[in-house]
Amino acid sequence: MAVFEPEAELATLDTEEFGGEVVGRSPWALAGRRLVRNKLAIAAVIVFVLIVAVSFAAPLYASHIAHTNPFESNLSGTFQQNGKTVQVIQQGAGKLGLGETPVGPTWHAKYLLGADNQGRDVSARVLYGGRASLEIGIGSAVLASLLAVVFGLIAGFFGGWTDAFLSRLMDLIWAFPVYLLAISLATVLLTAPNGLRIGFVHLSASSLWVPLTIIGVIYVPYVFRPIRGQVLSLREREFVEAAIAQGASNARLIFSEILPNVASTVVVLLPLMIATTILTESALSYLSIGVQPPNASWGTVIQDGQGLLYTRPWVAIAPGIMIVLTVLALNVLGDGLRDALDPRSKLRMKG
Amino acid sequence: MATFIVRRVLWLVVVLFAVSVLVFLIFFATPGVDPARQMAGRNPTAETIKNIKHEFGLDRPLPVQYGLMMKHIFVSRDLISYGSHTKVIPEILSAAPVTLSLVFGAAVIWIVFSILTGLAAAVFRGTVIDPLLMILALIGISIPVFWLGEVVNLVTQSRLHGFFLFSWVPPLGYTPFTQDPLLWFEGLVFPWLTLSVLYIGFYARVLRANLIETENEDYVRTARAKGISERRVLLRHTLRTSMITFVSLFGLDFGVLVGGGALLTEVVFGLPGVGLLTYHSLTSLDLPVIMTTVIYGAFFITLASALVDLVYAWLDPRVRPA
Repeated sequence: MAVFEPEAELATLDTEEFGGEVVGRSPWALAGRRLVRNKLAIAAVIVFVLIVAVSFAAPLYASHIAHTNPFESNLSGTFQQNGKTVQVIQQGAGKLGLGETPVGPTWHAKYLLGADNQGRDVSARVLYGGRASLEIGIGSAVLASLLAVVFGLIAGFFGGWTDAFLSRLMDLIWAFPVYLLAISLATVLLTAPNGLRIGFVHLSASSLWVPLTIIGVIYVPYVFRPIRGQVLSLREREFVEAAIAQGASNARLIFSEILPNVASTVVVLLPLMIATTILTESALSYLSIGVQPPNASWGTVIQDGQGLLYTRPWVAIAPGIMIVLTVLALNVLGDGLRDALDPRSKLRMKG
Repeated sequence: MATFIVRRVLWLVVVLFAVSVLVFLIFFATPGVDPARQMAGRNPTAETIKNIKHEFGLDRPLPVQYGLMMKHIFVSRDLISYGSHTKVIPEILSAAPVTLSLVFGAAVIWIVFSILTGLAAAVFRGTVIDPLLMILALIGISIPVFWLGEVVNLVTQSRLHGFFLFSWVPPLGYTPFTQDPLLWFEGLVFPWLTLSVLYIGFYARVLRANLIETENEDYVRTARAKGISERRVLLRHTLRTSMITFVSLFGLDFGVLVGGGALLTEVVFGLPGVGLLTYHSLTSLDLPVIMTTVIYGAFFITLASALVDLVYAWLDPRVRPA
């Protein structure tokens, strides 16, 4: 019995979707309906949108709620709490009455999660850090997907030497361990005295474009492989032959016959890629080769918090919770999209 | 099989060569980069820079530079760290046992727990247990390992260290096995667990998907029709086939971790392995060390993946002609 279950499941799903009578719907509309029915995936979308909204509202939070500049150290600052004046950096708050400790969480608008050892507001830094992490994560995932789609279409469509060359190149990047490649690229780019100049592109070491580009490039093969495979099999399909018989040009074959059919793969892979790139970005920033000061990202805030771990644990814990929530939401969304777009898919990705 | 081995080994040689060229180009030929200045560490003297220029032939053409670098790394193995003035390769070799201890222990934990989780999820499909386990696995995949390590440190080293469950945890650091096996074990328990969380989640998901896919194969139906018990069908027929993917993934991930992927765990737990060595050279921008660890790591991983492919072809003859 177990053998026939998937078919039965699919049949009931179809009649449900058509609502008893036959209505023509596009595959995308059907997928959309399946996705909306997946409560977990919808919850994930809501969580992700909330995190994005809150992170991009960081400047508003800093100027209107916390009244602070989270990029400026504030070692001798004071603020009012419950009518008392509190030092941001407290002297002799350690175990033996020695050393300096930044103020802990106040759970009020000012220094909600306390300060780091530069006296900067941690909650505002976590929000600004989220903005940078999301920009880099989304940007590099989009960059990787774009490059992969272009290369995948070219390699899969033209085949022959083009395919052999591109595939071997991708295999090579694939063979290179992600962190080691990122470390080599980052050390070189970050130590170049005047930043990197290639033609008219100029990257300075503290620009967010450096980690974005590095992470984008190292993940190209992870999207390239499934896309190329799909293009290879699509090229042999009847509708492509029909288009060839009608005298369609290569450009038309690629853009209006094949591209729409690989779009769903990209849509499924994108959230999973963003999840991966956000994790990679935070790891690189934690190793101090990602986002550079004065910018903040979740990874750099965790690194700032490492020295304060036992005295002011919230500095390190808060950005980590944000990473886990974001990445979890994206992974759940990716699973939901895969189920919705391709219920019987064998598409799997190495996380 | 013989042609497959020959082709795979040839490809291996090509990849090893290409990887070394790529690393060389990244460090020596990126536009706007002065390798001598970078290799010399912080605040170098003019003489050091001149020595480096001579030693690596930086005024000569790129292929010569490449050859000289490979000679320093693999033949004479006399690359010197300009930060700590020690030889790089012995330093890496003395750090390797730490990384191996970390990765081996974590691997044992992640194999056992991911098989248990994947099996349980597949067996209890249709009940609450399956989605619950899969959500837990997804959470495991979503946690950055270095942050998890910090939370673990916070609990076991500080907040609950007085509590009897965690009072035995030694301070961060590493004790060699030969010096004190018990302390070696105690110091590694939490790093092992932390490192394995991600892999338990990932492997459990892959195994569950494979088990469910295999469940629909004809030979599983045949086995059931023959009247073989459910337990035997699961362990002998379904699980065995599903383990093929599992084993090949394991080989690759193990290679990646030994080759430098355990970096984050080593940093957060202060374990002086190859990863921590790389990290310290990152913070002091000690290029010779970074370059060597990257090349050795990449070589190790490439070899591991070739080995995996060969074992895979031996296990599953269908992939050989590819």
